[in-house]
Amino acid sequence: MDVVLLSRLQFAATVFFHFIFVPLTLGLSILVAFMESRYVVTGDEVWRKHTKFWGKLFLINFTLGVVTGITLEFQFGTNWSRYSEYVGDIFGSLLAIEATVAFFLESTFLAVWVFGWKKLSRKAHCLCIWLVTIGGNISALWIILANGFMQHPVGYVINSQANRCELASFADVVSNGFAWNMYAHTVLGSWALGGFFVLGVSAWHLLRKHQTDFFRRSFRMAAPWTLVMALLVAFTGDLNGKDVAETQPAKLAAMEAQWTTAKNVPFHLFVLPSEDKEENLVEAVGIPGLMSVIAYGSSEAEVKGLKDFPKEDRPPVLATFWTFRLMVALGCFFVLLALIAFVQRKRETINSKLLSCLVWNIPLPYLALGLGWAVAEIGRQPWIVYGLMRTQDGVSPLAATHVSVSFIAFIILYTLLGVLDIYLLRKYAISGSESEEADHA
Amino acid sequence: MLETIWFILWTLLWAVYFVLDGFDLGLGVLQPFLARNEYERRVVYAAEGPFWDGNEVWLIAAGGVTFAAFPKAYAVMFSALYAPLLMLLFGLILRAVSYEFREKVENSLWRGFWDFVHFVANLVPALLLGVAFANLFQGIPIDVKGVFHGSLIGLLNSYGLVGGIFFVVVFMLHGALWLIIKSDDRLQLKAIACANFLWPVVVLLLGLFLWMTKTHTHIFDNYMANPALFALPVLALGGLIATRLMLSAGRIWSAWACHGLFILAVTFFGVSGLYPGIILSSLDPAASITVMNGASSPLTLKIMLAVVVVMVPIVIAYQVWMYRLFKDPLEVPKTQEY
Repeated sequence: MDVVLLSRLQFAATVFFHFIFVPLTLGLSILVAFMESRYVVTGDEVWRKHTKFWGKLFLINFTLGVVTGITLEFQFGTNWSRYSEYVGDIFGSLLAIEATVAFFLESTFLAVWVFGWKKLSRKAHCLCIWLVTIGGNISALWIILANGFMQHPVGYVINSQANRCELASFADVVSNGFAWNMYAHTVLGSWALGGFFVLGVSAWHLLRKHQTDFFRRSFRMAAPWTLVMALLVAFTGDLNGKDVAETQPAKLAAMEAQWTTAKNVPFHLFVLPSEDKEENLVEAVGIPGLMSVIAYGSSEAEVKGLKDFPKEDRPPVLATFWTFRLMVALGCFFVLLALIAFVQRKRETINSKLLSCLVWNIPLPYLALGLGWAVAEIGRQPWIVYGLMRTQDGVSPLAATHVSVSFIAFIILYTLLGVLDIYLLRKYAISGSESEEADHA
Repeated sequence: MLETIWFILWTLLWAVYFVLDGFDLGLGVLQPFLARNEYERRVVYAAEGPFWDGNEVWLIAAGGVTFAAFPKAYAVMFSALYAPLLMLLFGLILRAVSYEFREKVENSLWRGFWDFVHFVANLVPALLLGVAFANLFQGIPIDVKGVFHGSLIGLLNSYGLVGGIFFVVVFMLHGALWLIIKSDDRLQLKAIACANFLWPVVVLLLGLFLWMTKTHTHIFDNYMANPALFALPVLALGGLIATRLMLSAGRIWSAWACHGLFILAVTFFGVSGLYPGIILSSLDPAASITVMNGASSPLTLKIMLAVVVVMVPIVIAYQVWMYRLFKDPLEVPKTQEY
């Protein structure tokens, strides 16, 4: 394998692994912050126990999120040095701002929150978890502004003498609408994931009639939150689609497997695209004009087909198409599931089929978020910075053997860490609230 | 001018990282030698507990600022030092995980395993940071296209290795001083004995390092051209001597702070010798990356300067508050011995 492919595989593996931990950090921290706020306002001990229980799961997850994030910051330099030189003026700044503005805040106050239960007043302690939440979510903003520049570069000039992109307008870079819509979609998705995580773990205990009062409370709290988030994810997803249609037409065509340019394009529920034949083998259950509406808000709008892009400018069609379809299908399923959970939340006994469904659902939002990133990143190919630099031109001048060795090392290390982390999360999730047990003993 | 300000800030961020994370790394290396039972091991972990994560962010900030202010230097430094940097990274990952995972299962085999991982995961980054910086002081084999023509073994040359060992021992002393603050009874006595033993070793290694810096690098050229810079090594030496005096006087916070000043001054001493270079090429002076040919555009440098000038003092303020909040050792229950 060549260095480009190996570097892409390594980056893909490490970024997806990182993004197993990030959404729960974002989604669960805000729910824990709400729980502790309730405790501070009402003085109800049960909310303190909830803060402790969900806080512990949050922490197990948090550490791996932090350390796998360092990998990414290093990797732009180690494996994508040509890219780093080319866009560092803009991209590097956004990463540096992330560290100074957000990551310090998150890490420092998390330590205060963990070790400061006895050292701080209730209000000050609660403020710490809010600062952690705010730090984490602002951190995500800067990272996605950086990714947004790769997707839809704005606010730059090309310095042909130095052969690089330079900042022309900082205001344009940070107000990049494409990036803000991506941010909204990603963060709301993470908040929904946090909600489904709380629902799923609560459902596990409710099914077993274990600490029922305790977990009914977290179920009741998480259900409306999750429903609202699942709906907002769908709404912002639509906004993202319209941005893609406008700025990355080749990605849109690949997401929808649209081969020929046409107006009034229907949306087919079942499609089987073939990359070799440059057509769809199956197209069934069509809704006239719907795809034109989804992409451009009008059934009369023209959608540019893949065949009108030179082959070297097309993203991999099958991967983009299937990851997108599966993500959308999961997104629809989440709205339905969250709606049923919301309706049932106050019942004395919640339907046990719903509960087991929620338990089995725990990994699915992770999958959906990973698929979303796959659509964004695979669909951007062959560009590393859309329209400006091709992925193959961004790679470091390294020997393939070096990257093979590091890739294998990452796979082994990350697999072990992933297994251990899931083991510990499961162990602590199913043991329930320790202080609750102590009260009953 | 702007580039020079950034060169100083860049050095400062790395130096602060060494001062802060240095004691965590050093304590991790010392732990198996000083902590002989579960209680003592927990005291050592508790001494690092609230601090290590916030300290490590200084590395992210230093890396991020390298990327933002000197993208070419970031690109060449990180790709040229591919193998050592990834080993450093694996070390940092395992270090963080060992804190987290160790506590979660009560089994002596499990804990012994993570204690061992913790030791290696602190030793390797400390050593490699020293090796990397010594090689930067010396110059690395890069050509005009930024392609690295050396190897991992080539980086482990005599000067690189002495730099690595120097860093490890300095961090161990830094960690021992921190442990005196954060422990009591027998462990504290051991930490004091350890600091007393390590101090002359650091003095000897400093002498060796300075002598080899003279024979292996061009760092002193800048000092000959501008003797005012000699204030930096003098400050380093002053910090180290003051560390010894404060240690004898039993003023441990001051001793630790003086030793921090020593680390800060040593970092500035080495990096100042590079100026205006950032990454010196040992193959071809024209291939060296300097503050002129490696810096970002003036607009980026100005905006980032504003960000750093506003944010870093705020960060320092809340981190100082956090250090004061946890100035006393954390409570470690003695009953958990087994």
